Amino acid sequence: MTEHATAVGTDREDVESFRLRARAWLAENMPRLIPGENDNLEALMQRGDGIWPRARELQRLLYDGGFAGICFPREYGGLGLTRAHQQAFNEECAGYEMPLALNTPTFSICGATVLDMASEEQKREHLPAVIRGDEIMVQFLSEPRGGSDLAGVTTRATRDGDVFILNGSKIWSSGAYAADWALCLTRTDWEAPKHRGMTMFLLKVHQPGIEIKRIKQINGNNEFCQEFFDDVVVPASNVVGEVNGGWAVASRQLFHERNAVGGGSPYVSGGMGPPRRGPGTHALIDVVRATGRSEDVYVRELVAEAHAISRIQQQLIARVTEGMRTEQLPPPAAAIMRLFAGQASTRIAEIGVEILGSHAVAGSVDDGLGLEYGRSFLMRQAGSLGGGSTEMARNIISERVLGMPREFAADRDVPFSQVRQGR
Amino acid sequence: MDFDLTADQKLFRATTREFLEKEMPLTRVRELAGSGIGFEADWWKRGSELGWNSMIIDPAAGGDSISGEGLVDACIVAEGMGRLVSPGPLLGTNLVAAALSEAANAADHAEVISALMAGEAVASWAVYEPQRGWSPLTPAVQATRDGSGYVLSGVKDRVDCGDQADYFLVPAAGPDGLAQFIVPAAAPGVTVTTGQSLDLVRRYALVDMDDVQLPAGSLVSPAGAAEAAVNRQIQIAVALQCAETAGAVQRVFEFTVQWAFDRYSFGRPLASYQALKHRFADMKLWLEACQATAGAAAHATARRAEDADELASVAKSYVGQRATDIIQDCVQMHGGIGVTWEHDIHLYLRRATVNRAMFGSPSEHRRRLADILGI
Repeated sequence: MTEHATAVGTDREDVESFRLRARAWLAENMPRLIPGENDNLEALMQRGDGIWPRARELQRLLYDGGFAGICFPREYGGLGLTRAHQQAFNEECAGYEMPLALNTPTFSICGATVLDMASEEQKREHLPAVIRGDEIMVQFLSEPRGGSDLAGVTTRATRDGDVFILNGSKIWSSGAYAADWALCLTRTDWEAPKHRGMTMFLLKVHQPGIEIKRIKQINGNNEFCQEFFDDVVVPASNVVGEVNGGWAVASRQLFHERNAVGGGSPYVSGGMGPPRRGPGTHALIDVVRATGRSEDVYVRELVAEAHAISRIQQQLIARVTEGMRTEQLPPPAAAIMRLFAGQASTRIAEIGVEILGSHAVAGSVDDGLGLEYGRSFLMRQAGSLGGGSTEMARNIISERVLGMPREFAADRDVPFSQVRQGR
Repeated sequence: MDFDLTADQKLFRATTREFLEKEMPLTRVRELAGSGIGFEADWWKRGSELGWNSMIIDPAAGGDSISGEGLVDACIVAEGMGRLVSPGPLLGTNLVAAALSEAANAADHAEVISALMAGEAVASWAVYEPQRGWSPLTPAVQATRDGSGYVLSGVKDRVDCGDQADYFLVPAAGPDGLAQFIVPAAAPGVTVTTGQSLDLVRRYALVDMDDVQLPAGSLVSPAGAAEAAVNRQIQIAVALQCAETAGAVQRVFEFTVQWAFDRYSFGRPLASYQALKHRFADMKLWLEACQATAGAAAHATARRAEDADELASVAKSYVGQRATDIIQDCVQMHGGIGVTWEHDIHLYLRRATVNRAMFGSPSEHRRRLADILGI
């Protein structure tokens, strides 16, 4: 929970002074939020493609003001400060319009993975650009053939002198159409067992041979994308880590993904906390009042339960993060935060429609009061799928936190070319 | 417990655990269950010498914490007791001694506080009343003026360690509103009747007060100050109780995971079945969340944070429910042996079930949380 100790003996600005400076700068420079219009991620997503250029503008503002990349090292364009500084900043920027769309995956998953796993040259090329808002990053991991069995990827990368040629398809990459670079996991050796034949690339998203198709979701938003690769040329210098060593990079990326989806990433900036779908306690209290149900004891208990879940989520994130930092919990414990996020969003979506009743499903045009809750309910399972399914989180917790035996895998130690593939 | 204990706190935890394991193993708890007493006074006194009752006492009254956050230190003891379903008046004695030490007339209670800290006397918060739920701020017990002193009349029940307590802290309806009094068990007019309890060693009693005459100094929290005092006591009770429950669940989870490794069916350990692994993953999640929210409530109470009332109810509403969910699931993992008297798991289930209900059930704390949120 405290990282003050690491600051001892450095010239690092203390958290309170940083907080006050951020408060003054935000008031002077950042646009204020307009309730209902741009004050939550879901509403923003409904606004369409315009969020991306706007996010770049806002990030540039933060960068010019000296408040971008708070936990990224200075040599790569960040501020080199601690989680406590980021937390203070997140608290201060409540009420301001922030480039939230860049948090996940650009900063918290892709940027974090580049920082941990990429070459010095790659870090210097990409991280400062990411922190300035010039590069938006996306994950090309899941494929139409499957998502949870990530190490079974069949996108093919074939070496040809100084370049690799990519063929195949990736899917469920949110916001890919607006992104600049992707971390793309491919298969380079088909005769090695599956974990030992993959290679990770930094891939330019908009280039010859890549076609992007957008996919419409239940809630009407079409951020999801599928990409088709047809003889895409990638320089060998874009390999992240080792050729055929892509699983090590992907594993680190998955760690950052679980951390981000669970709400424990230090690279998330902007005060939204964990990516919870739908409105929070105060909004819930408002609709309870507006629908005249504030004296109903059952409703009061449900609101209290939703509120308790949100508080406990923050408490759990603080605990697990501290446990991992002090090595009292192993890194796979990030899956604990991820599983809580899934269960929390499920229960909160359920509470929303329970409280709103028929207001959640139909209303007059003017007072679409509860439809937001109805839509959140329709998208409920997204919180247990995106960022790795909760079933995978349960496997990770039982096998890699509790040490229980691994699931049987028919493809273990078998050359990938001989692994049976379904449709 | 917290992942950020100081070296001193870790030492204290080790000393307390060692003492409990040696002096109060589960075999001893089972013996006590059949003996008709909740705990032995001599054992309690020796435990108290480790500092069990001085952590949350105001330093001006002789209290002394390890970390500066005395309640967090006291929760280390509570957690250790949860791991072994220990008997004893930890919660009541600490809560009452702290209340006395924070009273405006603390000096009048110096002797009682010393005796409580030394483990020579035992106290309990007599807060429940017959046929009523959790309503600590609206007692039916009446306090009337009598010269310079007071007369108390009415009945409290479900009083923790009631038949072994020397003092009761009693919320009552006084002439000017809610007030709290310290009542010696030996005062004329006080009748204590031992009741029943699901827990094998935590005993509850009914305390009947029939025109009990008290001196002026027995008024611990006068009208006007009593509501804040009672709210603080709720925070303390919930923090200690949730720490104890978390310790109990932690221990049950540990031996149940071990059981899953050791027990074989169809030639495989139970721990190799995905259907069971996923249930263990859920339990691990709930256990960590219980630890997280119990710890947050303890820190907030120790620091007298603005949201301490809120965090107490957040913690109790969650821990109360989840603790029994986890233990019942662990009973299921054990199979038939899990519902036998012989297996220790029922000792833990009993403690967690009693803790779930006492000092406000999860539902009662959700209602309290709704009030705090101003819905």
